[in-house]
Amino acid sequence: MDNDDNRPDPDELLASLKLEEEKSKRGKLKIFFGMCAGVGKTYTMLQTAQAEKSKGCDIVIGYVETHNRKETADLVNGFEVIPRKVYQYKTTSVTEMDLDAIIARKPLLVLVDELAHTNAPGSRHAKRYQDVLEILDNGINVYTTVNVQHLESRSDTVAQITGIIVRETLPDEIFENADEIEVIDLTPDELLQRLAEGKVYAPERSKEAVGSFFRKGNITALREMALRIVADRVDKQLHEYMQRKRIKGPWKSGLHLLVAVSHTQQSAKLLRWAKNLSYTMGADLQAVYVETSYKPDVKESEQLNKNIALSRQLGIKFRFITNNDMVKAIVDFAQKENITHIIIGKPRVRNLLTLLRLGNFVNRLIRYSGNIDVYILGSDIQSKDRYKEKVSLPSFTSNIRQYLVAALTVILTTLICLLLKRFIGYQVVSYVLLFVVSALAFFIGTGPILMAATMSALIWDFFFIPPPYTLHVDKPEDMLMLIMFFIIALLSGVLTSRIRRQEKKIRVREERTNALYQLTRELSTATGIEEVITIAKNDIKKYFNLESRILLKSDSNELEYTSKKNGNFTISKNDMSVASWTFQHSTKAGKHTDTLPSSNYTFYPLKGNQMNLGVIAIQQEIVFTQGEEQFWETFISQISGKFEREYLRNMAKQAFLLNESDKLYKTLFNSISHELRIPVATIMGASDSLIITEHPQEIRKELTNEIFNASKRLNRLIENLLNMSRLESGRISPRLDWCDIHDLINKVIESLQDELKPFKLQIVIPENMPFVKIDFGLMEQVLYNLIYNATQYASTSTNLRVKAFYDNGFLIIQVMDRGPGFPPKEISLIFNKFYRVEGSKAGGTGLGLSIAKGFVEAHKGTITVENRQNGGAKFTIKTPTEIPEVAIKS
Amino acid sequence: MNLPDTILIIDDEVQIRRLLEITLSSNGFKIFEAGTGKDGLIAAATQHPALIILDLGLPDADGMEVLKKIREWYQKPILILSVKNSEDDIIIALDNGANDFLTKPFRTGELLARIRVALRAATGGDISSILTFGNFTIDLANHIARKNDCILKLTSTEFSLLALLAKNSGRVLTHQNILKEIWGFGYVGQTQILRVFVAQLRKKIEDDPAKPTLLITESGIGYRFHE
Repeated sequence: MDNDDNRPDPDELLASLKLEEEKSKRGKLKIFFGMCAGVGKTYTMLQTAQAEKSKGCDIVIGYVETHNRKETADLVNGFEVIPRKVYQYKTTSVTEMDLDAIIARKPLLVLVDELAHTNAPGSRHAKRYQDVLEILDNGINVYTTVNVQHLESRSDTVAQITGIIVRETLPDEIFENADEIEVIDLTPDELLQRLAEGKVYAPERSKEAVGSFFRKGNITALREMALRIVADRVDKQLHEYMQRKRIKGPWKSGLHLLVAVSHTQQSAKLLRWAKNLSYTMGADLQAVYVETSYKPDVKESEQLNKNIALSRQLGIKFRFITNNDMVKAIVDFAQKENITHIIIGKPRVRNLLTLLRLGNFVNRLIRYSGNIDVYILGSDIQSKDRYKEKVSLPSFTSNIRQYLVAALTVILTTLICLLLKRFIGYQVVSYVLLFVVSALAFFIGTGPILMAATMSALIWDFFFIPPPYTLHVDKPEDMLMLIMFFIIALLSGVLTSRIRRQEKKIRVREERTNALYQLTRELSTATGIEEVITIAKNDIKKYFNLESRILLKSDSNELEYTSKKNGNFTISKNDMSVASWTFQHSTKAGKHTDTLPSSNYTFYPLKGNQMNLGVIAIQQEIVFTQGEEQFWETFISQISGKFEREYLRNMAKQAFLLNESDKLYKTLFNSISHELRIPVATIMGASDSLIITEHPQEIRKELTNEIFNASKRLNRLIENLLNMSRLESGRISPRLDWCDIHDLINKVIESLQDELKPFKLQIVIPENMPFVKIDFGLMEQVLYNLIYNATQYASTSTNLRVKAFYDNGFLIIQVMDRGPGFPPKEISLIFNKFYRVEGSKAGGTGLGLSIAKGFVEAHKGTITVENRQNGGAKFTIKTPTEIPEVAIKS
Repeated sequence: MNLPDTILIIDDEVQIRRLLEITLSSNGFKIFEAGTGKDGLIAAATQHPALIILDLGLPDADGMEVLKKIREWYQKPILILSVKNSEDDIIIALDNGANDFLTKPFRTGELLARIRVALRAATGGDISSILTFGNFTIDLANHIARKNDCILKLTSTEFSLLALLAKNSGRVLTHQNILKEIWGFGYVGQTQILRVFVAQLRKKIEDDPAKPTLLITESGIGYRFHE
C-alpha cells in the first residue's frame, strides 16, 4: 500500500509542470549575486559571457556600469553594446537601458547590470527588473547582477545592520524565480584589500566608504546573509528536484502560513518577517486583511495600500475579508484554507478600550484557533510616537457644526429643565439629558457626542444636583448617579456612532452591489458594441464620476480607435502606445501605475475569459483605494464580459452567414446543374441527330421543336436566376407607373399561351377596375411565375382562374388552380429559395415562387397561399397602390 | 430586280453574328459584320448599309455612345439588340434615335418582321392616305376610321393617337414619344392619360379589348400597332 504522505501532491506537480512550461518559452534569467558592491559581480558576469561568446553565442550588452574599473572596461570592449536611451529630466539628461532596441535586436543573451535599479522618470517601467521581465517575456536570456541589500525581504535587516536605508529594492519573487544564481564571494579581508588598492572606488572615495559602509562587521553580516539566502535556495531546489523526480524523502513541509495584516507600518515588517519564515520553513504564505467597522483614516489607508503592494512584491497572496469579529474572520479563513500557522503582530495599545480588548483578542484567537499554531510578533519601537497621534485622530474628525449643534441642544435642554426643575425634581433631569445625548448620537459623530456627554454631566452636577451652582456633590448616591450618568452617556454615544459607521459601510456596499446590478441589467439588454460602449461610459461616469474612453481590438487583434464622440478626451500617440502596452500585457498601465506613469490616463485591460477585448482609459486624479479598486475591477470585468459575448456573437453570426451562403451555393449548384443539363442535353442530342441523319420532314420538324422548347426552358431558368440575383443584390426598386390591369394579365397570358392551351382559363376583372400604380415588368414576372406554376401542376382541362380587383388602397390579384394544392406541413416553406415540395415532378428550380415573393415585397405588398376547399391552391397578391384621383374624360 | 439591301451587324458574339448572317442571307440580305464598336463605326461609314443591327453591350465601347455617333450622320434605320430587364436602356436608345428594338433571345420571325417594317418606313416615301389592317381601315385625310365598313365614333384625340400609331405600324413608340406627339411637351410623364385613351381606343377598335390584336403593349416601354 502506498504511503500517502510520501506521494507528491498532484496539484503541486501540476503547478511545477506549468511553471516549467512557462519558463521554457521565456528567456532564462541568471543572477550574479553578491554581498555588496566591489565583490566583482559585473566582472564575473562579463567573464562568463565572454566564455559563452567564444562558443558562438549572440550576446549584447544592454546596460553595464564599469564604475571606471579598468579590468571591467577591458572586458566590455569585446561586446556589441546597445546604445543607451537619453531621458531629459528637468535640466539634466539621464541615460537608461534602451528596452525596445534590445527587444528589436533580439539577441540570445543580454547583459543587464544592477537589476534593482530605479529607472528615470518617463521610462516605460518604474524599475529595471520590470524591463528585464519584459525582455524575458520576449524569449531573450538575461544575465544580471544583484546585491543582497536590495532584496525586499532583507532591506529591514540591512538597515538595522548598516544603518543605511535601501531605497532600490527588488521583489523577492524575481530572485526566487531566477533560473540560475551564481554567488560571488570574497572574504571581508580580500574585499577591504581591493578597496584599499582602489579597485572598487577611486582612492579618495574609498576611504570614506571604508569608514561608513565597508566596516568589517557590516561586510561579515552581509556576507552571511548572502550565503544563507543562496544556501536556502539550494535547499529548496533540492526539494523541488526530489519532488519532480519522485524521489522519496522529506517532502515539502506541507505547511501553510497565514499572516494577519493591518493598516499599520508594523504590518510591513510583519510581512517581511513572515516571508523569511515561510522561506526557511518551505511553507506557502498568504496574507489577510480583516475589514471591520473601523474606518481607517487617510494615512492608514495609504499604509494599507503600501502593505498590499509589499505583499504582492514579496509574492504573497493577499485576501480581503469583511467581518466585524476579527478573530472569527481569521480563524474561519485559516480553517477553510488549511492553514497550519497564523502569524499576527502584537496589537498596539491604542487607548483604554483597546487595552481591554487586546488580551481578549489574543486569548480568543488562541482559544478558537484549535490545532493551528499562532505566532505573535513583537511590537515595534515606533508605536510610542504614533500612540499620541492616534488618540486624537478619530475624535475630532467630525465637523464644527456638529459640535455646535450638540452644544446648543444640551444648553436648550438645560434651560427647559431649569424651568421645570421645580415640578420634576433634579433626578429626572438626568434622564432627560441622557435621552438627549443618546438621541444626538444618531445624527452626529463620536467627538461631539463625547463632548455632549461630558457637558451634560457637568451641567447636571452644576445646576441641578444639590447644592446647586457648585460642582460639589453632597450625597454619595448622587455621586454614583453622576458617574453612571457619565459612563452611560459615553457608551450610548460611542456605540450609536459605531452602528452608524457600520451602517455607512453597508450602505457603500449596497450602493456598489446596486451599481453592479444596474450595470449588468443594462448590459443584458444592450445589443451591439456601440450600445455597450455608451452604457459602459455612462455608468462609469455615474458610479465613479470618471470620464472614460474605450478602445477595442480590431479583427486583426490590434487595438483601434472606436467611438469618436468623446469630447475633450483626446488620446495622443504616446497614450496610444501605453494603451497598446496594456492590451498586449493585460496589465494596467499609465498614470498612478508602475508602468509608463507619465501618461495622462490610467489604462486598464478589458480581459474576457478567452481573450483580451481592449483597453479602457480613465482620467483619474485620485488613486483608487483598495476597496474602490476591487469594485472597479469587478465593474470593468462585467463590461469586458459583455464585450466578449458581443464579439463572440458577431463571430458566430459571421460563421453562420458563411455557412448559410455555403449551403445556398451548394443547393444552387445541385439544382441549377440539373436544370441546365437537361435542356442542353436535349438541344445537343436533337441538333446532332439533325446533322448526322437525313430525317424525313416531320421528324425534322419534331426535333427542331424539341430544340426550341429546350431553349425556352433554358431561357426561363436564366431569367429566374437573373431575377434572383437582382433580388439578392437588393437592387430592385420598382419603377411605379400607371398600369391597366387588363393589359398586364393579357400580356402574361399571351406569353404563356402554349402552356395555357389545355386549361379552361377564366379572367375576372370588375367593370370599374381603376388603373393601378405598379412596376409593369416586375408584376408581369410575378404573374408569369404563378400562372406558369399552376400550369405545371394542375391536371389538364381543369379550371384556372385569375382574378384582379381594387380594395381600399390595395390591388389584389388571385391565381387559383385545381391542382393538388400543397401539403399543409410545407405550405409555409414554399416561398423559400430552392424549396421544392417533396415528391413534386421533375424540372423546376424552386426559384419561381421566391422570386414572385421578392418582387411583390419590393412593391411593399404581400403574397400568400392557401389550399382551396375543393382542391387546388390559391395565391393572393396584395399590394398597396394609388389610383387616379379623377377619371379622365376623353 | 433591285440590289439586295445591305445590313450591318455590330455584335461581339460570334455565335449571334453567325446566326443572324445565316438567317438574314437566306432571306435575301447582304451582310456585313463588325465585332467591336470601333469596327462598327468604320463599317457603317464605308459600307453604307440600308440598316444597322446594334448590340448595346459591346466590349470596347458603350453601345449608347456608338448609337449616338452613328446617328450624327446616318439617316437609315438602326435596330437595337438588348437583354431583357433593361427597359431603361431601351427607352434611352429609342430616344437617341434607334428605330426599334429586340431583346435577346429573340425569335427569327420577329427579327425579320422588324427589319421589314424599318426598311419599308425608310424607303417607302409617302404613305398613302388610307391605311388598311385586315377589316380595319383608317382614312387619314378625312379623319375616319372604319371597322367592318362601319365608321367608328372616335374623339379627335383618339383619332390622332390611332393615326400616329397606325402610321408607324409595326414599330414601337415609347410612352413619352406618344405623349409628346399628341398632347405636347407639357404632358410628358402623364402616362395615365395615355393609358386611359389606349383603353378607350381598344374598346372601339379591338374585337376583344381584353385580348388586343391591333394595339399591342410593349411592357414598360410603349405601344406598337400591329401591321
